[in-house]
Amino acid sequence: MKWKVLEKSELPALVAKLTEEYEVFAPVKEKNIVSFERLSSENQAYLDFWNTKKPPKDVFFPQTETLFTYRIAEKDVEIVEIPAAKGKRVLFGVRPCDARSFVLLNKFFSSGEHKDVYYLEKRRNTTIFGLACTSPRSTCFCTSLGGSPFGKDGMDLLLQDINDKYLIETITEKGEELVEKFPSLKDAEKADVERAKKLSEDAETAVKSKVSVKDVSEKLDRMFEDPLWDQIYQKCLGCGICTFLCPTCCCFDILDEETVEGKRVKIWDSCQFSCFTLHGSGHNPRSSGKERMRQRIMHKFNYFVNDFSEIFCVGCGRCVQECPVNLDIREIIGAISARQAE
Amino acid sequence: MEDLENLIREIAKKLLSEKKVDLIIGYEQGTLPLHTTPCFVDKAEDVKKLVWNASCDANLSKYVVDRKEKVGVIAKGCDARLIAVCAIEKQFPRENVVIIGIPCLGVVDRKKIETKLGDREVLEAIVEDEQIKVKGEGFELVLQKNDFLCDSCLTCRHRNSPIYDVFVGKKVPEVKGANEFAEVSSLESKSAEERWKHFKEELSKCIRCYACRNVCPLCYCKMCFVDQTMPAWFGKTNDLSDTMIYHIVRAFHVAGRCVDCGACSRACPMDINLRELMKKTEKIMKERYSYEAGVSLKEVPPLGEFKMEDSQEFIK
Repeated sequence: MKWKVLEKSELPALVAKLTEEYEVFAPVKEKNIVSFERLSSENQAYLDFWNTKKPPKDVFFPQTETLFTYRIAEKDVEIVEIPAAKGKRVLFGVRPCDARSFVLLNKFFSSGEHKDVYYLEKRRNTTIFGLACTSPRSTCFCTSLGGSPFGKDGMDLLLQDINDKYLIETITEKGEELVEKFPSLKDAEKADVERAKKLSEDAETAVKSKVSVKDVSEKLDRMFEDPLWDQIYQKCLGCGICTFLCPTCCCFDILDEETVEGKRVKIWDSCQFSCFTLHGSGHNPRSSGKERMRQRIMHKFNYFVNDFSEIFCVGCGRCVQECPVNLDIREIIGAISARQAE
Repeated sequence: MEDLENLIREIAKKLLSEKKVDLIIGYEQGTLPLHTTPCFVDKAEDVKKLVWNASCDANLSKYVVDRKEKVGVIAKGCDARLIAVCAIEKQFPRENVVIIGIPCLGVVDRKKIETKLGDREVLEAIVEDEQIKVKGEGFELVLQKNDFLCDSCLTCRHRNSPIYDVFVGKKVPEVKGANEFAEVSSLESKSAEERWKHFKEELSKCIRCYACRNVCPLCYCKMCFVDQTMPAWFGKTNDLSDTMIYHIVRAFHVAGRCVDCGACSRACPMDINLRELMKKTEKIMKERYSYEAGVSLKEVPPLGEFKMEDSQEFIK
């Protein structure tokens, strides 16, 4: 692990140099919305944000990804595979909650017999350059889910704003390799590291929103038929905001576009949509919002815990901020905790 | 201004205890400042949960379709108009719904407040008749409410529910004068190519979360055209052509029925101005058919019926 310092004025040059060697994805501001975009001569990284509107998952798991193209001839099918993008990438400016989502997504996409090479290949070729969070929002609850505003899970390096300059902390070998490309970076002084530590503690204290996830998974084991689901789904509109803006939601669908000559695509799906898990027969085991809401909560707080011993939520608060009817997942978790304590 | 909140609670309590309705659909305090959240009250003693203020932005008519019980709905002008449209379209028996009309002076557009505050987060807010007091880390501001209302409220011509069963409080004066369709003039002044470019730019932000559709009380189709899979009618990817087809067809489907409640634009997480195209269709409907949606329980939306005197200039 190394600590380097970077003058604030030198950051644009560092990012620009990265773009010479890597495909760099970084937060970019357009109108009022900050999202991860590939940097080019047309745009520039924007770091003065709370968090991006969309999480960075689409850098590895794009909303639409072509797997292969096909052409059906009289007796034959011609298939042209589209391999996963192989370019070396840097994902720059990722908040610790979102970086932690990659630890969870890696488990999801690499588990079982069939690995998702499209995700894994891109993930392998990417260096994740995190950005510590000095002013968490009231909707942030990362500390309840094993994260923290200066957390390093899922990152290769972490950029920390220590007021007058940046501190770069390397976390993995990949991170060290990247830093070595910048021999002019000075080593950090002890005082800089101390200051970062202090800021990290302050930021951790600033995360005021807490949820109690203790026992939630165990409680859910026995709550599949609980009347709670009848209440909490009522106001849900069944849109995809909470799942599409969630850094960990990664359900997808695979479709053939066109019949004779077309492409097979992998697209984002959402458990909140009415056609999610709709069978070919027309039957849907999750026929109403109630079952779909239960699926979202169960997947995050029970099924994933059973499969991977982790909760599938990083507490970024996007779903809380963006729900059009203020359906707050923190309240749902609270209701589950309270349900059986009665 | 009268204490509408208490009047709402009284009416709700009366309707529930007299068994005129099984359920009241209203608003309760949300978990975040400037937010309320829809609430469903089925016991008279729970009416104290109900609130009324300029953060009551959800269009509650969304929750009326498909309900078996008799419901009472707190309805701003736009909510009541959409209940009327859905009733004409036979989505529920009219007698199953008690429209609790309310005078509305507009709802707050949180996005406008966010834009004003930049990266400062509102931690506390008090919404009053004329002012919104917001507080956060190291700041405290008094905002004039009228500067932060939703665009749809600024051109609203039905602040008092035009159709209701009970009305809460006194009616407020309706806005007249100023051009209701002023904001579509920039769209109209563009050439076809410029308009296409403009729509492409705007819709390229879409992530196909369908919040605009799902928040819309008129989108009650059991199976939306974009969800058809056997066979698929349209592409479901976020390629621009697929996305644009979705928005264009939806615009056609709600044309002449939309009342400009603004819920779609408020819900859109990507800040797409979805109202603009809808406002234009509303104008066309007014000019061509002298039709305004949701102000009558008799007149069927023009695109939903055929009349011999309909203009047929498209037949050459």
